[in-house]
Amino acid sequence: MKKISYLALLLMLGVTPFLTSCGPSKEAAYVNIKGSDTIVHVASSIAESYMNDNPDASVSVTGGGTGTGIAALLNGTADIANASRRIKSKETDLAAQKGIKINEIAVARDGIAIIVNAKNPVNELTMDQLSNIYRGKVKSWKQVGGHDSTFNLLSRESSSGTYSFIQKTVLGKKDFAKTAKLMPATSAIITEVASSKDAIGYVGLGYAQEAKGKVKILKIKANKKAKAILPTDETVKNGSYAISRPLFMYSDANAPASAKDFLDYVLSEKGQEVVKEEGFVKIN
Amino acid sequence: MSVMWKEKSIKIFFTGAATTSIVVVGLIFLFLGKEAAPFLFSENIVKLFGTEWVPVSFEKEQFGMLPLITGSFLVTFLAILFAVPFGVLSAVYLSEIANKTEQEMLKPLIELLAGIPSVVIGFFGIIALSPILKNTFGLESGLNALNGAILLALMATPTIITISDDAIRSVPSSYKQASIALGGSKLQTIWRVVVPDALSGIIAAVMLGIGRVIGETMTVLMVTGNAAIITASPFDSVRTMTATIAAEMGEVAFGSDHYRVLFCVGIILLLITFGLNMIAQKVLRRRSV
Repeated sequence: MKKISYLALLLMLGVTPFLTSCGPSKEAAYVNIKGSDTIVHVASSIAESYMNDNPDASVSVTGGGTGTGIAALLNGTADIANASRRIKSKETDLAAQKGIKINEIAVARDGIAIIVNAKNPVNELTMDQLSNIYRGKVKSWKQVGGHDSTFNLLSRESSSGTYSFIQKTVLGKKDFAKTAKLMPATSAIITEVASSKDAIGYVGLGYAQEAKGKVKILKIKANKKAKAILPTDETVKNGSYAISRPLFMYSDANAPASAKDFLDYVLSEKGQEVVKEEGFVKIN
Repeated sequence: MSVMWKEKSIKIFFTGAATTSIVVVGLIFLFLGKEAAPFLFSENIVKLFGTEWVPVSFEKEQFGMLPLITGSFLVTFLAILFAVPFGVLSAVYLSEIANKTEQEMLKPLIELLAGIPSVVIGFFGIIALSPILKNTFGLESGLNALNGAILLALMATPTIITISDDAIRSVPSSYKQASIALGGSKLQTIWRVVVPDALSGIIAAVMLGIGRVIGETMTVLMVTGNAAIITASPFDSVRTMTATIAAEMGEVAFGSDHYRVLFCVGIILLLITFGLNMIAQKVLRRRSV
């Protein structure tokens, strides 16, 4: 008897949402956002603030990577795709095949900080040195002014948008060294850098600043003669820090009004304030 | 009439339940094959035999599976090296030496170990085991094959203990009595009579343990560093087949070469675990005859 009543309860719980969604309520403003793990925090914070201002709206944000997000947008399971890189030509081709017109907006700027262990004596690197380190051309910290010990190279997984970004901007489209460890998450890179004195890694500026004290953020010189620049909001925004990029949200040009409304909110003063709070840099 | 019909429907129901899993396995093979086939049956297949795994590159994409296979084998080999002696000795202790209370306490605890989610074990590896390995061996990093192997050994031990324990328990007590009657000590009885008789069961246990280890994903993804290099050193970082699929499948462009190669990796992995299970079953069956 007891079992049956549990079953009934479960059924009711399961069915209720369907009943309510079938009801003659006004059109629910539901926006589904998916994509880059770099943006997932800031997007969900903006979504929270958006839902506070618009109690009717419901926005869900999930990560999974830029490619996952764009794939979801193309097959219709997401309204907005967060991307830490520009959409690839393969993906636009696929969109064209499906008759989807893709709309791109840049929502924030992200600086990538190069981090090392707090005990590492090195304070700055040139872009060339950084490239050589990650390509495995130099083997020892001594060659760039540090201890006489080999590098513990840390990279994101090859599926990460940040991986391709570093490959493009820092390594000049060359491959990473085989010995580079591919870490599954930003937090794993920070944990490893904090505990390994020979480690070097790259993470979003927001994450690096949050981990201040545990890791050291390096100054970067765009070339040998340039000034060494520490990544900050200011230097990322004015472009003087060499390793920075725009972050995008992609949507279907014929997206429902609810998605468009959310995108407007992201670019509004309020939305951009959240962008700043989350450690990224405002777009304008 | 109605009784017969009832009998028949029950039989069909049970047959259906029993065959479902076989059908599912068949479908998995079929699906993996379907996705991998366009790559497998083209001239591109030679790419799989390369020695470098660089799936995302502006220079040249490379899909050599060798580093992944050697990575999986290194971690598995080391894990089994730790898990087998530990697991078999524990099983012998549990079934032959431990008294009733000890058995009642130890068995549930061992089963509890089998129930710890792999992501939790991986987390333990990053936070606790990695610094210990780094300091003990003076390494630059604790994220290496050894770290993964120790954690996987931890995960394989319950499987090995439970199945070996069953095998040892099923040794007829008349064998043991005969050994003791002939003047054999307890230790002699265990090593010369019980373990040899239970050997096929123990081997099957080890095979299933290997299957568990080679298929494990989350833990190795978290603690082995995932650098695709061919190495025999436990202190180097390795990239296993499972971690590769888990890390790359989410982002790969649908229908690309990279996508198809990941399915090829999946097929190899499935064939290995399938083979191991077949061997284990064969060894177990030989014993029961």
